Amino acid sequence: MRGAVPPEAPVALVTKLRGMMRLAVLGPGAVAAGLRPGMALTDAQGLVPELLVSDHDPAGDRTTLERLADGCLRYTPHVAVEGTEALLLDLTGCLHLHGGEEAVVADIERRLGRMGLGVRAAFAYGPEAALALARFGRGPVTDERAAVMTLPIAALALGQESDTALARAGLTTVGDVARRPQAGIAARFGEAAVRAVRRMTGEVDSPLAFRPSEEPLIFDRRFAEPIARTDFALERLEELLTGAMVALEARKLGGRRFEAIVFRTDGAARRLAVATGTATRDGAMVMRLFRERIETLDDPLDPGFGYDMLRLTITAHDPLGAQQMLLEGGEAEEEREVDALIDRLSTRFGARTIQRFRSQDSYIPELVQEAFPAIDGPPPSGGWTMPPAGSPPLRPLTLFDPPRRIEVLAEVPDGPPHRFRWAGRLYEVSRFEGPERIASEWWRARSGDPSRAAPTRDYYRVEDGTGLRFWLFRHGLYGTGREPVWYLHGLFA
Amino acid sequence: MVESRIIPFPRPVAADRMAQPALAGHRPVTTGHGDLDAGLHGGLARGRLHELFAASGHASQAAGCAAMLAIRANGGAAPFLWLRNERAEREGGRLYMPGLAALGGTPEKLLLATFRDDQSLLRAALEAARCRGLGALVVESWGQAPLYTLTMSRRLALAAEKSGVTLFLIRIDAEPVPSAAATRWSVRAAPSLPMAANAPGHGVMEIELLRRRNGPAGMRWRMEWNHEERRFREPALAGPVAAPVEYRAGDARRRSA
Repeated sequence: MRGAVPPEAPVALVTKLRGMMRLAVLGPGAVAAGLRPGMALTDAQGLVPELLVSDHDPAGDRTTLERLADGCLRYTPHVAVEGTEALLLDLTGCLHLHGGEEAVVADIERRLGRMGLGVRAAFAYGPEAALALARFGRGPVTDERAAVMTLPIAALALGQESDTALARAGLTTVGDVARRPQAGIAARFGEAAVRAVRRMTGEVDSPLAFRPSEEPLIFDRRFAEPIARTDFALERLEELLTGAMVALEARKLGGRRFEAIVFRTDGAARRLAVATGTATRDGAMVMRLFRERIETLDDPLDPGFGYDMLRLTITAHDPLGAQQMLLEGGEAEEEREVDALIDRLSTRFGARTIQRFRSQDSYIPELVQEAFPAIDGPPPSGGWTMPPAGSPPLRPLTLFDPPRRIEVLAEVPDGPPHRFRWAGRLYEVSRFEGPERIASEWWRARSGDPSRAAPTRDYYRVEDGTGLRFWLFRHGLYGTGREPVWYLHGLFA
Repeated sequence: MVESRIIPFPRPVAADRMAQPALAGHRPVTTGHGDLDAGLHGGLARGRLHELFAASGHASQAAGCAAMLAIRANGGAAPFLWLRNERAEREGGRLYMPGLAALGGTPEKLLLATFRDDQSLLRAALEAARCRGLGALVVESWGQAPLYTLTMSRRLALAAEKSGVTLFLIRIDAEPVPSAAATRWSVRAAPSLPMAANAPGHGVMEIELLRRRNGPAGMRWRMEWNHEERRFREPALAGPVAAPVEYRAGDARRRSA
């Protein structure tokens, strides 16, 4: 929870469970007010009327947590995400770089505090112990082992049933369980209980799934003497690319975005970026894109007193398996040619210039299609509707967006158009079909009030005497206050 | 038949190569319209440049004709690229995918690019014409486009011939200039055969062969697009109303003879 909510305010996240809104996660204020997870939202609001409620979003939590995990790479290369609420950092051998445990915790608290997040941090000899101390520990810890022993058995995370069984046996703390003969514990509460205790006390190591962290793909080339020829620099860039492709192959990756920076001796730097539609390890192809990019620069590369360094960074990449060399020709070859064409055109004219389309679920004609850069890959197929059998196309080939205002002579109140004027020309309607009524999506109206939504559109397919076919619509209805207005929306082939 | 007598244009240097019959394996693009295919000796040559002229009022018919021919050339399997200049987007409206799908096209295979000026448009067209993977290439240019010269058209035609990509160049509001195109057409709308209750029927267009590189020109046809079978047909076959006599293909041929 971010923002202006005071920490002591009762806050709850709710989720729909068995057909009822129930509390999923509670803030400290809500726990103090006597609420428990699993309670029905209505009951909780009865108990605490001032309860602040929001939807529980585990996937969003996980994403946020993973972003925080990436941020924690500053402390150690070994960061693991635990569930939806904890991060485990293996700081062995890293603490001296940051000035000790307290300094690390203080730094994390400061950084997360700026984002409005609270932190419960704990250090221990093993991940389970650290998690348990963070979740159940009270106050500062001097002796970790002793502190773990005093934690309640819920810290073992065995589940509600086992907790109740252990409590019935008179075992209330981790220490109570750990000090009993383990054979007896295993016989009564299962092997899982013994394993949990041994992990908690550090007798057994537990594996952690660390987030993979890889060194960035940056390749530098420094020159002993400044070089004054751009061609020479580009040749070196090509060599860097060759090396980068080998590095990519070792990681089974293909580059999607490449960035080259040429540094001049006087400190000026020029940045060149190219992108490809599919992951690639074809250095020559990327080099062609770079040359293309350089060709289209408004002010050409100027070596000045010479370049002294080149840097190539692969800023985006995708997995790309080992590649079979194809014989000349074949469909795969032709497909790659199209991809290469898209890359070249996108590099030269900008990624937004060359587009593909995907269909959108909407009744509003101009919202049905969505354009996106072709370099992002092909859209899912299908989603476009065909006219019914035997019927001519019901949608135009070209669409005016925004629609063109036209003057129409039509029967009042809801007759078809007879004649209309567009761009200074008069068209006589000889055939028409309609109306096809497309009501506005009133649920998207900002106020949520259907009567205030955009007016209804009545579409007509019309043809004039020469065979030109138009898609017209009347915007609004007579008798609703506003006079209807006619628009030309598209042209049929 | 001696060609230079029929073609009233300067004969380009590479004309010998252009005039060659279609390469083996390059079947012509048939239209499905019997008379038209017969008149063209099988159809439009694949891997060549074809020009479609239209007045701005009939631009959507020209675009439709190019889209339909591209569907015929492509079969809908390979990606096809449509390049336009900014004036096309501004005055002609944007291409509408539900409308393309309604013609039997595959919007998910379409790549569309819009360019600020004709220089970029032609440059991109040349680049694209070299790409063997494209099913068809449509270039839509509004305005006279003085950069589209005989040399430019020859470069486009050679690139298309080499790659086997069929190139349809739509020229709206432009006067024909000498070019290396295999065929040149004029496209305009024609009244459709009405459906029940006088509703507009399938789109009908009238095309006139203005010029052909290796054969007579001057014929006219009326065509109706059948989006279910993805083919052109004669409008007279579809309904009870016969096409007006003066537009019959035979008539036009007599006129041009």
